[in-house]
Formats: sequence, C-alpha cells, structure tokens
Amino acid sequence: MQPFKTICSRAIPLVVENIDTDQIIPARFLKATTREGFGENLFRDWRFNREGSPNPEFVLNQDRYHGQILVAGKNFGCGSSREHAAWALYDFGIRVVVSSFFADIFKNNALNNGLLPVQVSQDLLDQLLEYLQHHPEAEITVDLSSQQISLPAASLQSHFEINAHKKTCLLQGFDDIDYLLSQKEVIAAFEENRSFA
Amino acid sequence: MAGQTLFDKVWDAHVVSQVEGGPSVLYIDKHFIHEVTSPQAFDGLRKRGIGLFRPQFTVATADHNVPTIDQHLPIKDKLSAFQVQKLTENCKEFGVELYGLGHKYQGIVHVIGPELGLTQPGMTIVCGDSHTSTHGAFGAVAFGIGTSEVEQVLATQCVMQYKPQCLKIEIDGPLGPGVVSKDIILYVASKISTSGATGHFIEYAGSTIRGLSMEARMTICNMSIEMGARGGMIAPDAITFKYIKGRLYAPQGDEWDQQLKYWETLYTDEDAHFDTVYKFDAADIAPMITYGTNPGMGIKIDDKVPLDHDSTSHQKALGYMGLQAGEQLLGKKVNHVFIGSCTNSRIEDLRLVASVVKGRKKAPNVQAMVIPGSKQVEVQAREEGLDLILEEAGFQLRQPGCSACLGMNEDKIPAGEYCVSTSNRNFEGRQGPGARTILASPLTAAATALTGEITDIRTIM
Ligand code: SF4
Repeated sequence: MQPFKTICSRAIPLVVENIDTDQIIPARFLKATTREGFGENLFRDWRFNREGSPNPEFVLNQDRYHGQILVAGKNFGCGSSREHAAWALYDFGIRVVVSSFFADIFKNNALNNGLLPVQVSQDLLDQLLEYLQHHPEAEITVDLSSQQISLPAASLQSHFEINAHKKTCLLQGFDDIDYLLSQKEVIAAFEENRSFA
Repeated sequence: MAGQTLFDKVWDAHVVSQVEGGPSVLYIDKHFIHEVTSPQAFDGLRKRGIGLFRPQFTVATADHNVPTIDQHLPIKDKLSAFQVQKLTENCKEFGVELYGLGHKYQGIVHVIGPELGLTQPGMTIVCGDSHTSTHGAFGAVAFGIGTSEVEQVLATQCVMQYKPQCLKIEIDGPLGPGVVSKDIILYVASKISTSGATGHFIEYAGSTIRGLSMEARMTICNMSIEMGARGGMIAPDAITFKYIKGRLYAPQGDEWDQQLKYWETLYTDEDAHFDTVYKFDAADIAPMITYGTNPGMGIKIDDKVPLDHDSTSHQKALGYMGLQAGEQLLGKKVNHVFIGSCTNSRIEDLRLVASVVKGRKKAPNVQAMVIPGSKQVEVQAREEGLDLILEEAGFQLRQPGCSACLGMNEDKIPAGEYCVSTSNRNFEGRQGPGARTILASPLTAAATALTGEITDIRTIM
C-alpha cells in the first residue's frame, strides 16, 4: 500500500444518495482475477449508454469535473462487500471519497487500499456539493495528519474523524496483514487456551 | 456487572487481542470462499511467500459465476471459466477443501454452510460476501468481508475488526395469511431504511422469530446487510439444535453433548444493554413488495408507491423503475420471475412455491426460473417430486448457483423488463443492465408467475 499524502485537488460532485457497490462496479465486471484495470468500468452503467457511448449527462464524462476527490451523497458504498469497488475508484485515480455516511464494509475496504473515506456532516456535504457544481475549478484539501478537510474558495473547513490505528496505517502505507503476521504466536497461544468450543 | 448480549458473548470469546486505540484481532472459526472474491487474496499469499495458517477452517465453493444449465460441460464464457479454474488451482495449491462445480455439495456458499452442518452456534464465520450474515440464524457472529480481509484470514485465521454496536429487533405475535419470513424482513427494512442499522449487529428476537423454522430465520438474517448492519443473529434454541443434529459436519456423540452445553449458554442476558431497540407487531406485516432501487423501498403489496417530495434519489429510483408515485403495483404486467438466491432457494422455499403452483400453469408471458441453492436442495427437490410439479406448471428448474441474483453468468433480465425476484437486492442493473427488480417472497413470486401480473397471494390461496 502507498503511504497516504495530503491531497489537494479538484473534486467531482456526484449528487446521488445510497450509491451501492453494484453501481460503482457492476457484477459482470468482477470476472478478473487481479486487482488492476477496474477503473475502466467504474460507474459503468451511469457513465456509458447501453450501446457503449459515453453518457454526457454523467459527471465523470463532463470535462469541467475531474480530480482525485469524489464528493457523493449519503450512505456511499452500501450493498455488496466486493472490494472491487474500492479498487475501481483507486484505479480511476480517486484517493478520497467525501460523504455524510459510509457503509461499513466499503469503509474497511477503502481503508485497506489507501483510499480515504472522509465523513462530514450532512450540512457540510450539501454545501460542498452545491459549491462544486457551480465552481468545478475549486480545489479541496484533505490533510490526513491534522484530519482537516477544506474548500478555501468557499471558506469551508472541517475536522474529520478517523481511527488512530487506521490513520497510522494509511500515513505509513502499512497494512493489517503485516500486523497480523507479526502476531502469529499470540494467535497460536489463543487457540491453545480457548476455554470454549 | 451488566449482562451480555448474545453478540457480546460470541464476539468477546474470539478476541485474541486489542490494538491500542484500534481494532480487535478477531479469531475466525469458519471461513468460506468462492471464485469471485478470493483470487486476489491467494495472489497476495503467493507474493508474500506464505500459505494458509489453518487450511482446515476454510471451505470453498463455486457459485457466483457458474452456469445453471449443463454444469457438466465446460463453461462457455472464457473469463468465467478462467475464474472458476483459478479457484480450483488455488484450492489445490493451498490445500483448501473445494466443493466445486459438479460436486454433490456444491451450491451457494450461504446455503451449503448450514446444510453441511459447518455453520454452528457460537462460531465466528466470515466470507468475502456481504450475505454471510445468513449464518447468524444459528447464533453465530457471521459477517461479510473484503478481499484484503480474506487474505488476512487465509494468512492468520484472524481479521482486524472494530466491534459494532448492538441493535435489537423484536417482533411479536402470529403472522397473517400469506405472510412469510421474507415479508417480515422486507417490512423491517422498509421501516428502518437501507442505512438504518449501519455500524450495528442486529439480534432478532420476539415470539414471531422464535416460531420460525431455520430456513425462515436464515432468510431474515440474510437481509440484515440490506439495512446496513454487519450481521444479524438469532439465539440458538431447540429448533436450531434439531436442524444441526446429524448433519455431515455436526459434532457427534460426546462432542455433541459438550457443544450443546455451550450452545445453551448463547442467549442475551435479561439485563443486557442494546444501543438501539425496535419493536414491531407481526399483525402489521402483510405480503411485501419493493418499488424502488434499494431494499428499503418496500410497501405492502396492495399499497401505493409513496410520494417523496424533495428527494432526487427517490425520483431517480422511480424513473429507473418506470413507476409513478401514487401508482399501485398490483396488476402490473411482469414477464420474469426469479426464484432463487441465498435468501430464498432452500428446500422449504421450493416447497412453498410448489404448494402454490401445484396443478396450475404459469401465464404464457412469464419466464419462471427456479434456481436451487445447492446440489443437495436440487436432489431433494427431485426426490420429493417438486421438479415435476414445477415443470408441469411451466417453471424451469435449473442447477445451483447465484444466477440472476447478480447476473454475473448468462442468467440476466433484459433491459426495461420487470422481474419479481426472491433475491435480496433491487439495485439498478443488479439482474442485468437496465433490469427492473421487484423483491418479494417465494409465495408472491409464485402467484405472480401464475397470473403474469403482480398478484396478492391472499387472493389466490
Ligand atoms: S445468491 Fe446473490 S446475494 Fe447470495 S451470495 Fe449469491 S450473489 Fe450474493
């Protein structure tokens, strides 16, 4: 995993609530056996019309919107546990997703892949979405070490929460498997001493 | 000291250690894998040059991406064939038990675990699939994980997890005519929404739940994730123990007695604390149906599609479904009926469907697919003669797999068409690009297939 650096980028406003992982990456694209290349089919059925042409109405197809930050409606990432959703966003170049609420499994998957979910208040989310739609050139800064998100052009700023352990992992590019592998003896001792079953 | 919830008891017994200010290292008793979310995890092991820490606790099957006809022939779709082959190779290389295509125990991962007696009370169970919550029906802490976490379990038999909060859903009273467990859970989802249980583990309790069979309890726990919960569980009782006893991997002899003693301690103490409690009266539950594009968008079958004045998401959903606020779904023409998925593909579900369609014929406009949850369900259905009943009614009984639940194989619903489905998700494009999914119980699905339009089972019983 790459260490997470401060991100300063334009952002893509996606004004839809309850975006499920089937929308982020539809099941028919889950046949690959590696982690790469899923970005091509990110939001496939919203991005492309049925016959394959790009849908000009969809934000990712509009030149004025681009960047490493996706700002989306509440309850982002619900549904399937497919980690392919996090891989697709990352592969597409997204490093931060901002929403007012994230589904649990998606949040874990994102964090395990160096993609930062930033949870903000519904109020701030509404303001960000509103401003970005009219000012696509505005940049958002996400500073993980100080846990701050800001949109200076609109004088918006806020603190965001992240678990201390996850924060350290992201900043250092260290993952949970590395940690667990270092604990094998403790795990074996636990197995020995199980008082039940 | 305050009492403990069922969830606390099982979770706490599996905490190996606690990272300061961080997650718990949680020990996993049973790990299920399938072809779609495991290949990248095995690659990870290869890259690190390690094997499985406890290979005997992982079991594999091929389900998500398999054809449901002619399973004895090579898989036609190249990518699917490769993915299934990859699973076979990985299981061989890493020493994992595989119930692959054609095996007598093959089937949807959440159907075969319970049916083989692999799923037991008090266990921690994970799988790279969100509907792992199904196994909670046995009083297990069971939840879906991502592929990086699959790799964690393969490598160390543990996952790093934050302990969720506890939510209780209590349902009391007898169920009305035509109302089955799928209606209960669609009703609950419609009340607490698709994100209402996020951050929580649910315990289902109350006399209605206690009265349900294991199959029906699995349907309930299965859809916990559709309200955002990590999982859902039901305290094990005599019904649970009876279901498990004698199954292939169930404990036997002295071991059974010992386990049973432990299992009988698995209930929520009277003074235990829940972070949230919801209570429902079974009398308020009617046959349910969804009208939108998430499972929380459900109504009683004879209600009208609700208005939601200012939500663009609501309008987007209705636009996708081709429905109007204020409209009734009853009587709407439907060309596709799908009976299957880890929610409703067990033998009891097939029996329910057969009981409705026996001696009748499906409407000519309808294509009705019945996909058994496992090879064992398929065999049993044939032994009971359900195959004949279904075929005489014009339903197609196919071979086990996830099928049109997620449309990864060729079983897809055409764009713009409605499908009354016993699966668990009505997301846009879930059953194929542009497909319009209407979630319902096996009874409602069967009734709809007979008339060719959305039908209230109570009117044809
Ligand atoms: S049947 Fe559907 S929900 Fe169940 S495991 Fe398969 S794809 Fe997932």
